[in-house]
Amino acid sequence: MKRWLPLLLVPVVAGGLLAVSRRGEDSFTVAEKKTIASLALTALPKLQPDPSNRYGDDPAAAALGATLFFDVRMSGKGNVSCSTCHKLERQFQDDLPRGHGVADTDRRTMPLAGVAYNSWFFWDGHRDSLWSQAITPMEDAREHGGDRAFYAHFMQREFGERYDRIFGPLPDLSSVPEHAGPLGTPAEQAAWRGMTPEQQDGVNRVLANIGKAIEAFERSIMPEQTRFDRFASAIAAGTAPGKDAAFSELEIEGLKLFIGSANCSTCHNGPRFTDGQFHNTGIPPVASLPPDHGRAEGVKLVEADRFNCLGRYSDARAGDCGELRFMAKSGKGLERAFKTPSLRGVAGRPPYMHAGQIATLEDAVAHYANAPAEPKDGSELHAITLTDRGRMALVAFLKTLGG
Amino acid sequence: MSRRLLIVLVAIAILAIAGWQLAMRMFMAAPGDLDLSLSKKSENGLYAVSLAPEQAPIREGPLESFILTVKMANGQPVEVSRIEIAGGMPRHGHGLPTEPRVTAALGDGRYRIEGFKFTMAGWWQIRFTIEAPPGRDEADFNIVL
Ligand code: HEC
Ligand code: HEC
Ligand SMILES: [Cu+2]
Repeated sequence: MKRWLPLLLVPVVAGGLLAVSRRGEDSFTVAEKKTIASLALTALPKLQPDPSNRYGDDPAAAALGATLFFDVRMSGKGNVSCSTCHKLERQFQDDLPRGHGVADTDRRTMPLAGVAYNSWFFWDGHRDSLWSQAITPMEDAREHGGDRAFYAHFMQREFGERYDRIFGPLPDLSSVPEHAGPLGTPAEQAAWRGMTPEQQDGVNRVLANIGKAIEAFERSIMPEQTRFDRFASAIAAGTAPGKDAAFSELEIEGLKLFIGSANCSTCHNGPRFTDGQFHNTGIPPVASLPPDHGRAEGVKLVEADRFNCLGRYSDARAGDCGELRFMAKSGKGLERAFKTPSLRGVAGRPPYMHAGQIATLEDAVAHYANAPAEPKDGSELHAITLTDRGRMALVAFLKTLGG
Repeated sequence: MSRRLLIVLVAIAILAIAGWQLAMRMFMAAPGDLDLSLSKKSENGLYAVSLAPEQAPIREGPLESFILTVKMANGQPVEVSRIEIAGGMPRHGHGLPTEPRVTAALGDGRYRIEGFKFTMAGWWQIRFTIEAPPGRDEADFNIVL
């Protein structure tokens, strides 16, 4: 009987392998089908109003926001608009490792499909609404390079009537300096300090309203149907996917890995393929850039932001600001943690990661296969074993997400 | 068919199923024998603690709040001086993505705790450390999404 014992391992392994490797549309387990359905665009809920922006669903505000988004006059030198970096025809990003406006920035331009579903904005979540996000690059010397007083005068000059109709009358700007702001050049800062609190408040409110109009526009930027979504709908309905939606063996293998043993869908979950949270995945910093602490710094910045959900320019009641009030401010998970990017359209927009550290999709997948030691604090990644074919399969699957 | 062969075949079948189960279990987020009860004695038996979601079922994504009820073994409500909240996903090695805290003492040993957020499917663990005149004690709850 002893000689039989090793042979008994064969069915154990075979049973295990069978569980891992069943393919074909009808061979997804019930749990897999449920996960696949949860990733499909049909699972995307209706976009909820943003309580901090009462103009968020106002069509006139959205129209003004669309105009502003593409208007290069919205900058210090008249040569940068939001769309300089967020290009409409390029998934609202720029294909660069790091965004470039007036000068080079330190992080990669983020694509904007479905952006309004986020609770936190930027790679480190240092803003908590789309409107407070929008005014940040406007005042950044390396992006739009403008100042607060300039934007208020600009609105009055170019869009005064439209502004009044949406937000009510502009404040009296007659004695507000042409250029002034708390974040600008020393001269602009001095001019800002010379203004009365009422003047400052008036200008702040115009700035916030510009952001609110831009948010109203951005709320319409939605992810598009992909081949994966057509495949997933068929799986959910229990029908055979139509011709162009049918997955190859390799794509099915990739999907199974993604939602199974490769653990990708723990973080890249839901119809946008992101949990909207911050994780340190051991992406090495770029040596030539200043240290980037990711979320550890982001929590401090958003808490100090006077345009946040709890601030005076927000339309929300404190009860609506749960994300900010219950934000995790300490703990080991914050250092070099960055926001999980959506993977929709990912194949069409290299390079990858928060500072464009990884050039190709193949290398992005390889990063997970040989998770490197994290330079500082712990990476959250668990070692996963991927064969060459497994890596190819994951890449093939990611390509079904459009792009 | 010899009796011996039959035994072997049955053994093979059983082991194949075991192998299958083992492989599936490796992907599962939670161990099968997890204690999912939402009412229990605290670790050192000081308190009877129960946890009730204010909105059931618990959802993946949005902020969630719970009512934590702390009583003595004899049912007498406990006036708590402090409740510490910790937790995370043991299988993923990360903590809670938010900092939930007590926002209201509702009386009768009931406390509202707001600001939980379950950002992924799987096994979550929440630990309440309760400080009250009878002493300091802990209670762990498991939640599977
Ligand atoms: C110089 C290039 C550049 C310009 C100009 C620019 N952005 Fe960005 N955008 C970026 C970069 C880079 C990031 C990520 C920066 C970070 O994480 O710190 C970003 C992030 C964002 C995000 C966050 C997306 C998310 O998922 O968190 C939004 C929204 C956004 N930009 C909108 C705008 C708007 C609106 C404007 C115009 C008012 C604008 N951007 C101007 C480069 C630019
Ligand atoms: C622990 C959470 C987590 C897990 C698990 C995870 N990711 Fe990611 N993923 C992230 C985060 C966070 C980033 C951005 C990291 C950065 O820039 O520092 C990212 C970035 C990416 C990118 C680049 C996208 C872009 O726009 O830059 C790809 C592709 C990707 N992940 C694919 C995968 C695949 C495939 C798996 C499974 C093998 C996986 N991820 C598992 C959190 C995760
Ligand atoms: Cu997790």
